[in-house]
Amino acid sequence: MMADASLAVLWVSVTAYAVLGGADFGGGLWDLLAGGTDRGRRPRALIDHAIGPVWETNHVWLIFDLVILWTAFPVAFAAITSTLFDPLMLAVFAIVLRGAGFAFRKSLRRLPLQAATGGIFAFSSLAAPFFLGTAIGAIAAGQVPASGGGDRLASWTGPFPLLTGGLFAGTCAWLAAAYLTQDARHSGQPDMITYFSRRTRVAGIVTGVLAAASLADLHFAASREFTRLLAGPGLAFVIVSAAAVAAVFVQLMLGRARALRPLAALAVAAVIWSWGVVQYPYLLPRSLTVAAGSAPDASLAAILAVAGLAVALVGPGIVLLFTLRQRGRLHEEDERDLTEADLPDLQAAGAAHPAGPGLSATAGPPPAGPRLRELAIAAVAFMAGASLASRRRTGDRRRPDGAGRQPG
Amino acid sequence: MATVVLAAHTAAHLTGAAASAGAAKAVVAARTQMAVTLSFHIILACFGVAFPAIVLAAHYRGLRRHDKAALLLARRWSKVMAVLIAVGAVTGTVLSFEMGLLWPGLMRVFGPAFGIPFAVEAVFFFLEAVFTAVYLYGWDRLPRWAHFWTGVPIVVAGAAGTLSVVSANSWMNQPGGFTLSHGKITAVDPWAVIFNRAAYYEVPHMLLAAYMVAGFGVAAIYAAGWLRGRRSRYHRLGLLIPFTIAAVATPLQIYVGDTAARAIAHQQPIKFATMEYVVHTHRGVTEWIGGIYAHGQVFFGLQIPDFDSVLVGLSPQTKVTGWDSVPARLRPPLPWLIHSAFDLMVALGFFLLLIGAWLGAYWWRRRRLPGTRWFFAAVLASGPAAVIAMECGWIVTEVGRQPWVVYGYLTTSQAATTAGGVPGSLGGILAMYAALGVVTYAVIRVMTRRWRRAEVSEQDVPYGPAAPGPQDSTKVPS
Repeated sequence: MMADASLAVLWVSVTAYAVLGGADFGGGLWDLLAGGTDRGRRPRALIDHAIGPVWETNHVWLIFDLVILWTAFPVAFAAITSTLFDPLMLAVFAIVLRGAGFAFRKSLRRLPLQAATGGIFAFSSLAAPFFLGTAIGAIAAGQVPASGGGDRLASWTGPFPLLTGGLFAGTCAWLAAAYLTQDARHSGQPDMITYFSRRTRVAGIVTGVLAAASLADLHFAASREFTRLLAGPGLAFVIVSAAAVAAVFVQLMLGRARALRPLAALAVAAVIWSWGVVQYPYLLPRSLTVAAGSAPDASLAAILAVAGLAVALVGPGIVLLFTLRQRGRLHEEDERDLTEADLPDLQAAGAAHPAGPGLSATAGPPPAGPRLRELAIAAVAFMAGASLASRRRTGDRRRPDGAGRQPG
Repeated sequence: MATVVLAAHTAAHLTGAAASAGAAKAVVAARTQMAVTLSFHIILACFGVAFPAIVLAAHYRGLRRHDKAALLLARRWSKVMAVLIAVGAVTGTVLSFEMGLLWPGLMRVFGPAFGIPFAVEAVFFFLEAVFTAVYLYGWDRLPRWAHFWTGVPIVVAGAAGTLSVVSANSWMNQPGGFTLSHGKITAVDPWAVIFNRAAYYEVPHMLLAAYMVAGFGVAAIYAAGWLRGRRSRYHRLGLLIPFTIAAVATPLQIYVGDTAARAIAHQQPIKFATMEYVVHTHRGVTEWIGGIYAHGQVFFGLQIPDFDSVLVGLSPQTKVTGWDSVPARLRPPLPWLIHSAFDLMVALGFFLLLIGAWLGAYWWRRRRLPGTRWFFAAVLASGPAAVIAMECGWIVTEVGRQPWVVYGYLTTSQAATTAGGVPGSLGGILAMYAALGVVTYAVIRVMTRRWRRAEVSEQDVPYGPAAPGPQDSTKVPS
């Protein structure tokens, strides 16, 4: 029961990483394909704007996935990391280069430097989901034995893991293109709407072909999974996903972009959950079940408490971040570098909005109303209250007798 | 951020008789990789934890006193902070993966206990990422004080994150809160895991170290500028704000460190014996300052009779455990490294205390910075000194914990991976981290140069048109 709840938390976190972090990888892929400096400037600016404020937060979902996995299902974690050493290490390299490359590019101004760091960012954005995908494919294909130490190379270089890797990269690209189409609409750039809706269609078709190929391979390789996917508990999720994909295409054909983001996210989330229900009750197909691979109840309870803490503390923060971004409140500030002369004169009393000359007069959004301030204050206050409350709640669970403490 | 096995140089002779030479080599590679990635990440982690507080101190002063120089500092620092936090986030991810990739034997057995503080840490990492983004991108877009307050959760999350992740490390040194039967954890007490017996000194020691590294590190940059003749109010504040914060942390750190050493003498006597070159258990133990231990004796060391006993128990009669109380295979490797690292850390700590006292005394009497170049040279040295002291501290903690990864329960070689890819990944890591270090430094340098140019050009045209040119009016609306 607790194990299933922890598994559900893990799956929510994996889903969040896929639909949020995945799109950031996809953005890097479109950056890679955006062409030369001049041709690629506008799509790159849009991608930058979309990824900039949120990629780090989205990235934390991956950390969250890992800590839940190793605390709640330590045997599975050790088996995965000891078998899939190579693809995971390669993914780690790509993740480092992606994040660092992006951060560096944003801090540099000279074009050659930007191009070099940007190239690293873009290329590793392709590599990271691919290698993570091969690892997931290897797990799903039952290549990871519970005792660990599965075949180091063959486990992830079979057709199914490689197809899954391609599918991951393609899905990230598709997600990003769909999101960016909506972003282009939001920021009123008609040519970018066309640009990214074309890419959404292309990526959708490529990903669809890859998905069909993986299904065919699944049919031949692992009949239990195939049956459970298309004639068992996975079917509902497959239908939801297919419907969401169809809806994305309909929207694109009608020239609309209003609901692309939620629809594309839904399509991907449904695929992830279909994988979950198909594999259940196995953590590692055929060799480790959820019941056999889970930590003692107190650890699972701690994971659930942490998840509650995350909802209470991080939830309002994330809502604040995405709300601010949606309202255009978060923006790269300067085309040029500020000096003291550019800063607002703080002594000018009554200036509700802090922007000085040249920063807001013509360009900025309308002055932030009290609503925004209240939103921020409410978020912080809520988090403070929630952390106190949760402390009290979990405090009750503390064992008064100190049982369980290691003797000696 | 994560903290495990720092200790590159050794291990072949530690791995026990059972392990083959090949496996021993793999353990050395795994430990080296962990040491490289961790010692790199921990510097960034210090800045991630403490730099936001320094930025906010400048920001607060800027808003409160209408101080444009302070406000500009906060603004520019926030950009450097963003780069450092971004690189820290991804190098921290490397460590998370390495927990399993390098130490599957640790995670398989102890994940249910050891994993809990990391799970808590993830929540604070989330908060840090969210509010860093809001703060960084919120300049000019959010109401002035609301924007300031969006920075406060970063500071809180940094401290709370330090608590959780360092408590994971201190748990490795003083494991507790679980029941082990037949090689499997059957019951866990999460509170006893997080608030273990070493957490109360390790956590504040690391948190203060973070404030010292970031504070002295930033101050050092402005001291370098001062020595090159950049002596505006902007530079003075840039030196004073971080330096003051670090200088306040230093005496507290020395107190906490003293507490920690005393606690270690009881909790991990063999580690303490190695730190202080105590070979046999006896009373009236000599304190060695410096010196290299080899062939059963200490060379080039300064000795103070009875003083080690006094330090441990305030009396020369205090008995101190020597390392020959356990068999050689249960002792940490390289006593000279652990002892030298410990002494260097203490020496640098007192050096930093002295510089702080210098400024404190001068300021108290004259209300200004000392005029001599020696002071600024000392501040310039304080940055690297704080980093070295912090790294030395980790060498003492982590090499001193060897051969255990979970003290008394699991040895490092039992925890290491059997996957054969570690030497290859180590090579890749070394290349990537070398590049990452150089580029991070270069990017920050490029940024600061650009700022300096902006200032010079401003001075060039003192009566010129106000800075915003026509290009600003065409700035794309957000």
